Amino acid sequence: MKDFLRRFARNKAAIGGVVILLVVIALALLAPVLYPDSPWDMVAEPFLVPGADRAHPLGSDMMGRDLAAGIFHGARVSLVIGIVATLVALAVGVTIGAIAGYYGGWVDNALMRVTELFQTIPAFIFAIVLVSIFQPSVTSIVLAIGTVSWPPVARLTRSEFLTLRSREFVQACITIGMGDLRIIVLHVLPNALAPIIVTGSLMVATAILTEAGLAFLGLGDPNVMSWGTIIGAGRDVLRTAAYVTAIPGIAILLTVLALNLVGEGLNDALNPKLKNR
Amino acid sequence: MSSPILSLSELAMHFPTRAGLVRAVDGVSIDIAPGETVGLVGESGCGKSTLGKTAMRLTRPTAGSIRLDGHEISDLSRSALRPWRSKLQMVFQDPYASLNPRLTVGRTLEEPLIVHGRGTAAERRDRVRWLADKVGLRPEALQRHPHEFSGGQRQRIGIARALALEPKLVICDEPVSALDVSVRAQVINLLMDLKRDLGLAYLFISHDLSVVEHVSDRIAVMYLGKLVEIADRRTLWTRPLHPYTQALMAAVPVADPAKAADRRPVLLEGDLPSPLDPPSGCRFRTRCPIAVPQCAEREPPLRPLAPGHFVACDRVAGT
Repeated sequence: MKDFLRRFARNKAAIGGVVILLVVIALALLAPVLYPDSPWDMVAEPFLVPGADRAHPLGSDMMGRDLAAGIFHGARVSLVIGIVATLVALAVGVTIGAIAGYYGGWVDNALMRVTELFQTIPAFIFAIVLVSIFQPSVTSIVLAIGTVSWPPVARLTRSEFLTLRSREFVQACITIGMGDLRIIVLHVLPNALAPIIVTGSLMVATAILTEAGLAFLGLGDPNVMSWGTIIGAGRDVLRTAAYVTAIPGIAILLTVLALNLVGEGLNDALNPKLKNR
Repeated sequence: MSSPILSLSELAMHFPTRAGLVRAVDGVSIDIAPGETVGLVGESGCGKSTLGKTAMRLTRPTAGSIRLDGHEISDLSRSALRPWRSKLQMVFQDPYASLNPRLTVGRTLEEPLIVHGRGTAAERRDRVRWLADKVGLRPEALQRHPHEFSGGQRQRIGIARALALEPKLVICDEPVSALDVSVRAQVINLLMDLKRDLGLAYLFISHDLSVVEHVSDRIAVMYLGKLVEIADRRTLWTRPLHPYTQALMAAVPVADPAKAADRRPVLLEGDLPSPLDPPSGCRFRTRCPIAVPQCAEREPPLRPLAPGHFVACDRVAGT
């Protein structure tokens, strides 16, 4: 663990990513403190350019809603949806991949065919379909993103399990008389976790992007304001007030960049042997 | 001889592959008495490791019977097998792959006790400490992870794990092959000490004849999925009868140059034939120096040529 932290800390880009992420998390945590009112409230005159009014540093949109409040509250929505959707995808993907890789044979074949079936449908289109069927809400968006993003996790977990299950320590577990569940959860999974964590951190970024895309298309939860919602609203005034789109866009860009940097850093720190590629 | 702790009878393990049926183990019968060490030797690929793993019930045998302490275990399900597991344990070949890198040594040794519901947490801790002491590990070692140990020490951990459930028979699958020559003797001596102290029986699988000769009471020689000769150690060493055993013996280096000079070399030609398509009749005939055409017609059974000395060859006679 200490080695891991030291290797991670040596990676400047990854530390940069962590700093940006901490800022985003701080935005999310401070939102109810700094902007206790709803970000949907019209609190200023419309089209307030950023910097024009001290009370609204990021300006306002065409409805006079404070963009800074939107960014703070949007950070909560984007982060929560990104993380929860990733956890859903990991839960499904790891379970299916673990069972397929551990048991092999026809179980593996059947589960992998199902996985491929999910992979043949373009992820974003599939997410749009799912959200529009189940009505846009935070829950349906989380489940839709989870549904479209578990297959790569399943495949990754399966390949890790395939190599690990033939290792002698797994055979040793069998000779002891251990049950499959204990072998899978306690002995194989911890050894397969490193690449899964790396993939998970990158999946949070993808999930945030997907949510933004859905909100942009008007498929966001109408009750919460995410960064994608603001971009979607700003689309109509792109020529006259580009900052309405640009500000949440930059927020998404930085968050996704930060998650990718952290993911890369985790990858290098967890697989020190591959570092000098 | 008292009733055997492990009795294999016509045991077979075939693997279907794309190229055909691999007959890795093809009808092996052998008994191991309590407290006895049986050495199993043969070239790589002859099926000796598969025999060990099948006897251990890591796979379900294709045919034949495995009787552990008089009870048939060859067709038991995994859950029905669990109580029997404690009598039969295994030491693996590769001490780098046989320990879970994420678990501390103490936890690795405790796992078998937890799975079998042995004792309270405190009793298990005592047992783990006793095990560590038994194989010569310091108590501090229990807090560490496997990667902090050398190969020889890791193999000690593997041995301690095999002993956790107080087995009567331990199958040692090439336990020293992956170790440096300098620590092999230590590990072998440890195994011998444990056998004496705990009354263990071993099935000792190795391709190294000199190691097997050192540890075994009896030696079985395997060729292409079948046993070709079984005898007690001294007999096999001084009077090997099967031409394959003779060839193996001839390949063991002799320390004394004078003896080495007057030794008649028996050379084996070619490689082990594929177990996908073993030769008809006697499987060894394609490389045998004394083969005659009749050898292709009939598979020679293991027959007793002297008390306790079994040979599967129609061309040699007893004393």
